Amino acid sequence: MKLSGAEILLKALELEGVEKIFGYPGGAVLDIYDRLPFAPIKHYLTRHEQGAAHAADGYARVTGKVGVCFATSGPGATNLVTGLATAQIDSVPVVAFTGNVPTFMIGNDAFQEVDTVGITRPITKHNFLVKDVKDLADTVKKAFHIARTGRPGVVLVDLPKDVTREIADFFEEEYKTPVQIRSYKPVLKGHPGQIKKAAKAIASAERPVLYIGGGTVSSGASDLVVKLAEVANIPMTATLMGLTAVPGNHPFFLGMLGMHGTYAANMAVQESDLLIAVGARFDDRVTGRLKDFAPNAKVIHIDIDSAEIGKNRAADIPIVGDAKLVLEELLPEVERQVAKNREFYNVRQKWIMKVKSWAERYPLWYEPSDRVIKPQFVIQKIWEVTKGEAIITTDVGQHQMWTAQYYKFRYPRQLVTSGGLGTMGFGVPAAIGAKVGRPDKTVFCISGDGSFQMNMQEIVTAVHHNIPIKVAIINNNFLGMVRQWQGIFYDKNYSQVHLDVQPDFVKLVEAMGGVGLRAERPAEVEKVLKEAMAINDRPVVIDFIVDREEDVFPMVPPGGALNEMILPSYGKEKAKKKAV
Amino acid sequence: MDGHYRKHIISVLVENQPGALARIIELFSARGYNIESLNVGHTEDPTISRITMVAKGDEHTIEQIVKQLRRLIDVFKVRDLTDKKKLDRELLIVRVNVETPEKKDEVKRLVDIFGAQIVDVSHDTYTVELTGDEEQVDAFLELIKPLGIREMARTGRVAMVRALQGETFGEESKH
Repeated sequence: MKLSGAEILLKALELEGVEKIFGYPGGAVLDIYDRLPFAPIKHYLTRHEQGAAHAADGYARVTGKVGVCFATSGPGATNLVTGLATAQIDSVPVVAFTGNVPTFMIGNDAFQEVDTVGITRPITKHNFLVKDVKDLADTVKKAFHIARTGRPGVVLVDLPKDVTREIADFFEEEYKTPVQIRSYKPVLKGHPGQIKKAAKAIASAERPVLYIGGGTVSSGASDLVVKLAEVANIPMTATLMGLTAVPGNHPFFLGMLGMHGTYAANMAVQESDLLIAVGARFDDRVTGRLKDFAPNAKVIHIDIDSAEIGKNRAADIPIVGDAKLVLEELLPEVERQVAKNREFYNVRQKWIMKVKSWAERYPLWYEPSDRVIKPQFVIQKIWEVTKGEAIITTDVGQHQMWTAQYYKFRYPRQLVTSGGLGTMGFGVPAAIGAKVGRPDKTVFCISGDGSFQMNMQEIVTAVHHNIPIKVAIINNNFLGMVRQWQGIFYDKNYSQVHLDVQPDFVKLVEAMGGVGLRAERPAEVEKVLKEAMAINDRPVVIDFIVDREEDVFPMVPPGGALNEMILPSYGKEKAKKKAV
Repeated sequence: MDGHYRKHIISVLVENQPGALARIIELFSARGYNIESLNVGHTEDPTISRITMVAKGDEHTIEQIVKQLRRLIDVFKVRDLTDKKKLDRELLIVRVNVETPEKKDEVKRLVDIFGAQIVDVSHDTYTVELTGDEEQVDAFLELIKPLGIREMARTGRVAMVRALQGETFGEESKH
């Protein structure tokens, strides 16, 4: 069948099972957009290319499918960059297509020309410049394969305009044959010898902890990891990216670890003699001062990316492989080992008791108020009103950490947040992508007044396409997390963190065609949330005016070890307590 | 990290494609590694290139470099050849001042000893070509330096492991 490049691209997307894409047209992609209305693909027109990239990312995170976005050359491509970097560092499968100037003009500084593959090389898993329409179909196929296999990531395909216009043969049957990339063969199955060793270590450890990362969620290993904890009586902690792997109310779950982790989670890791890392990468926000992280623990490190093993912390038992496939092999081994050892549960019980005592002694805590709205209280109320069932997206800052602490997640892929890059402006467009991917779920974006203003134009996208997302702005008129650091480590020298000049968010959202609501008193919080839940034909944004100088605790100061947390006052004294 | 800081010679087989080399070089700069020398050429299969690079670092850094290189989609194979039995050569072209007969004789003597070749001549310069391992090339340069080097070019090292890793050399096999 003879097709134009644009038609080949759209046909290939259809064969990849792509139903929904996010994008923004422009000169270099005119031929693609010309054919788009005739393809069985729904295109969501965002109001900024960054929004398209984040939406594709959000879509991918909640569905587990590959997210797709389109942009034109030059500024279209550069506007994608933040979005692609965000997805890449969190290992989210996204394929981005960018237009470019025709092949004969490449390198000419033509209008709207940038070296897109050059710019995006360090922030993608791989990228391609298609120079011949004959290579197009095969390249699209490879792009999807690379994005979704191994450690998932971002692939960008750059399409010069003439390539999208020229005609080539396209054979559907040929497209459906398996992908062959001779230099790319990810290791999926764990080494059986290593798995046996790991099982033995798990059965003989006295104080093991499961340290669960985003790889657990993305490989679909969440149930298995919980099962492993139950079979072998192991306390669990998770990273921001791994939070949804474990039901928030699970008796063995200690909450998040790291800089704003719970006391129990951080202490358990520090005191452990065996740390079982599943799809986690010992990020600096998790480990604190690396050399004192879990200082007495042996490490089992399960990861699909061999480069992560030993990168920050040496592993005693490294297992390269897909978390799900590895746990499927590991679980029966552990069951066998545990069954052999009669003393097992007695030994383990002591450890469980100790961990529980930490959790009881130093829980998450904030000073309640009936005068001002406490930000943590808003998150708790959102949890209540949504019955813990909503998909939550966040922006970046204090509200993000409070969400991680106070929203108790129930199922995998329920939290969509920029963990690695920490991209403010992520929440709203990611919520749009999430709602498009899971229209059956309530999608709630928890944002801050700073973050919201970074991509608030996307509310118009939500209005345009009838995407009824809900947004909570935790509004403290501050860049709160920066202010918190300036407060604690820079002697309260609040430099450039006041957002005193603020739009009226209610009017702003109304002007964009959404519903704007506001709560200023604690008593109003539940009422506006219920009001917001009742609206299902338009986006709703609620402006929560909260306590201005609330800090996120616990907090491990930068350069500190995890056990050196600053704890909340627990209402006893003004000065913050220092943990020992 | 372990402090054993030394030169490593790393051989990379990679798709002979635009962008593949850029990706490798950018990996080094993005992660703060230094490349001391780099050589690229295609292999017996023209669609595959061999990159031979020399990088300095402790064992941990080099292990990271090797692992990060392996992650690249275009990369087939990465080997640290440092402790392997290998053939390891570099080509040097150097132009030296030979204004006096004594200097001419000295250069000819050194060329003879090192098995080099004079490949270009002018009134007051000789241009010498030498192939050898890194130590030979360094030694030659040191000896010729006092005469006055006008210009020089080095290819960087290329290397390949020996077909037989030991036994026939009368050493004990490690495996």
